[in-house]
Amino acid sequence: MSAAGASILPFLRAMPAAAQGSDTLVVVTGATINSLDLHRTGTSRASYQVGINCYDRLLTFGTKEAPGGGLSYDYTDVQPELAESWTESEDGLTLTFKLKSNATFWDGRKVTAADVKWSFDRAVSVGGFPTVQMKAGGLERPEQFIAEDDETFIIKLDRASKLTIPDLAVPVPYVINSVEALANATEEDPWALDYLHLTPAGSGAYKVARWTAGEQLVYERNDDWVGGPLPATKRVIIREVPSPATRRALIERGDVQVAFDIPDKDAAELAETLDVFSTPVENCIHCLCPNFAFEPFQDADVRKAIAYAIPYEDIFKAAAFERGLPMWGGEEEINDIAWPRKTQYYTDLDKAREHMAKSGYANGFEVPLSISLDLASWMEPTALLVQEALGKIGITVEIEKIPGANWRTAVLVEKRLPLHLENFGGWLNTPDYYFFWAYQDGHLFNSSNYRNEEIEELVNATLHMPMDDPEYAPKIKRMFEIALDELPRIPLYQPALNVATNGAEGYEFWFHRQLDVRVLKSV
Amino acid sequence: MLTDYPRLRAILLRVAQAIPVVIGVVVISFLLTRALPGDPAVYFAGVAADEASIEQVRITLGLDKSMAQQFVIYVGNLLQGDLGQSLSSGRPVATDLANRLPASLELTLTALLLAVVIAVPLGVLAATRPGTWVDHVCRVLVTAGVSLPTFFTGILLIYIFYYLLGIAPSPLGRLDFIYLDPDHVTGFYLIDAALMGDWETWRGAAKQLILPASTLALFTLAPIARMTRAAMLTALSSDFIRTARAAGLSSSLVLYRYAFRNALLPVVTTLGMVFSFALGANVLVEKVFAWPGIGSYAVEALVVSDYAAVQGFVLAMALLFVALNLLIDLLYTAIDPRIGFSSK
Repeated sequence: MSAAGASILPFLRAMPAAAQGSDTLVVVTGATINSLDLHRTGTSRASYQVGINCYDRLLTFGTKEAPGGGLSYDYTDVQPELAESWTESEDGLTLTFKLKSNATFWDGRKVTAADVKWSFDRAVSVGGFPTVQMKAGGLERPEQFIAEDDETFIIKLDRASKLTIPDLAVPVPYVINSVEALANATEEDPWALDYLHLTPAGSGAYKVARWTAGEQLVYERNDDWVGGPLPATKRVIIREVPSPATRRALIERGDVQVAFDIPDKDAAELAETLDVFSTPVENCIHCLCPNFAFEPFQDADVRKAIAYAIPYEDIFKAAAFERGLPMWGGEEEINDIAWPRKTQYYTDLDKAREHMAKSGYANGFEVPLSISLDLASWMEPTALLVQEALGKIGITVEIEKIPGANWRTAVLVEKRLPLHLENFGGWLNTPDYYFFWAYQDGHLFNSSNYRNEEIEELVNATLHMPMDDPEYAPKIKRMFEIALDELPRIPLYQPALNVATNGAEGYEFWFHRQLDVRVLKSV
Repeated sequence: MLTDYPRLRAILLRVAQAIPVVIGVVVISFLLTRALPGDPAVYFAGVAADEASIEQVRITLGLDKSMAQQFVIYVGNLLQGDLGQSLSSGRPVATDLANRLPASLELTLTALLLAVVIAVPLGVLAATRPGTWVDHVCRVLVTAGVSLPTFFTGILLIYIFYYLLGIAPSPLGRLDFIYLDPDHVTGFYLIDAALMGDWETWRGAAKQLILPASTLALFTLAPIARMTRAAMLTALSSDFIRTARAAGLSSSLVLYRYAFRNALLPVVTTLGMVFSFALGANVLVEKVFAWPGIGSYAVEALVVSDYAAVQGFVLAMALLFVALNLLIDLLYTAIDPRIGFSSK
């Protein structure tokens, strides 16, 4: 514990501290867990943690040191969770999994391949988000999944893809106790969505002891878990506290051990007295996006002028409190395939003015810059700085604030915002997957209406290609080159996920940006 | 016969008058939720939804039907006591409201009680001793209460009493995590815990209430104190008080029996108003103290265009206010028998 923490020790009341003991951890978070079933329509992001902590997948990822301190999942290291081993056929079209023979559900029944099949069938059939995510790994139809015998599960693929194996380790394809679920299914609800919404039925490391929506969720350890090393903590209480100021007071006083997803400003200030982990979110970039459906932005010089006018450094300080990673001022030459990568742009108003003079809009123009009120904490300071900077090169910017409920529709579905701030982070951590969502024509996160024939071809070619294929790296480099020259998205910085701990250790960052409580232990 | 019970008849008449109000609320809340920005289908289809899955969600939610059809279905369900299913919580709206409304009411009523206990005597004192220090204290408190936003007061109280002094419990909602909720009878933790005879939990719940209720009380105190003071001043300067004094009645009798009783009417009216805006101000207090009440529920439902939840909330509030107004009307007749129902 830090010095400031120790100085308040005498004031700590006996009550909660003594009652907690070392086998209970308390976590506060600002987000609401609204369902215990990730597959349900309307399940919030915060609820994904139940899928991680209470259910097992066939596979999971290993652990590595995270940039910015602490631990992180390791995309390159796939580990078994419910599976004991797996093999790939020569053509890569058949995956065969051997299940752990001692894996049991909470009710004591053995986990069988039939449960895996039922769960996978469910994920590809219920529609919405789980179905889309399964499709990313080439998992689309129930016929692809075969329960050979109790401990052998087979997946048949239409084409070999490097995304399939990692896609089995994301939160979606979790294994449900199908016997218990089916006992509570009805004719109108064959996938037991109503039942599993309130009553998880899994084999995971923790069971849900208590859940009061909008208040708290209490995890209790499953001592028979075989998916990984047994968690050190017996009970973990997730308490919802909407106000960041209150969360901060609680963690500083040490009444709670983990404050999850705290604002950048609090993270920067608390880092002096507490353990704060600010892990740059992999495969995620905050961008300024000029929309190609609007004339000035079809002009390459206008886009470059904007890229040179942006006050990157100031934005990184004011919007991110320097949490995360800078995305500007890199080499123009592309030598590796790491993504996100620093762009070749930096703040240079002379260069910006040169490009403006060369463009068809030498006299400037007016444009609204749209931001979401839900994401105002980073978008608002960024927008103000961009507005000021673009004013200097003749572009008059008016900031337009859009209510959160309307934002997704406007920016991603209708793609009707001329100039806007946006962020996208892909769960599957490869550049081609990022480009598939954000740079291919018509795809959801391509909010700039960008279309480039070569990018289309390159993404299609690389999306399923193994990363060690000799053709892979050159194609990816070419993709970076085009995208960073044409600039349908102007990268600003890579954001961080901030977590403060006071009396807990073992925190690990995950791409799904939810708390994995299995690795936490109190100190 | 009803004519034999004028009071009962009057109450029934007042309830009947509320029916068009409730119908209006049903229609307007339905139309207004549809006018909300944002497409619930897009929102609930999730982060990586494509067009097909958005359409699928739209059909699941019944949003592909025409407005008129949706309204008929909604009213049909309503008549069967079904407020619909909240999308974000995945539960019947009626259940959500039943869980959360008592939390808000317990907080609001405690705050109101606290405010009345402080504000009414303060107002009376200030009116009887205009220009003295009591009057000044009253003025300062009233000004502070009106000008400090509730979230600021809330955070300030947490900072002083929890963070610096460590005498308040953690601002973690209705109960600290070491207690279990009392069995659900009324939903008011203080009442339910008392019914169970579980005084440990009762104390726990009461402790959690102190800071948020004080925050809200400070906010609601101002109008009550001001109104009491003004009403008392008016009453004290009126003819019948002068007559009473001239008749040699004792000053406390004059003050409490005649002046105060006459000053009560506008105070009760103010209480009704204060109750309604205290429920509104609740939203921010609930956020700061992680209070699982109806305010935060409604705001979250609004943000994601969760139609059924918003409609259910508006309807519940409308019924609450209708009931409250009825109660205030009845209180009027109890305070001042001259206000009869026959005149209405």
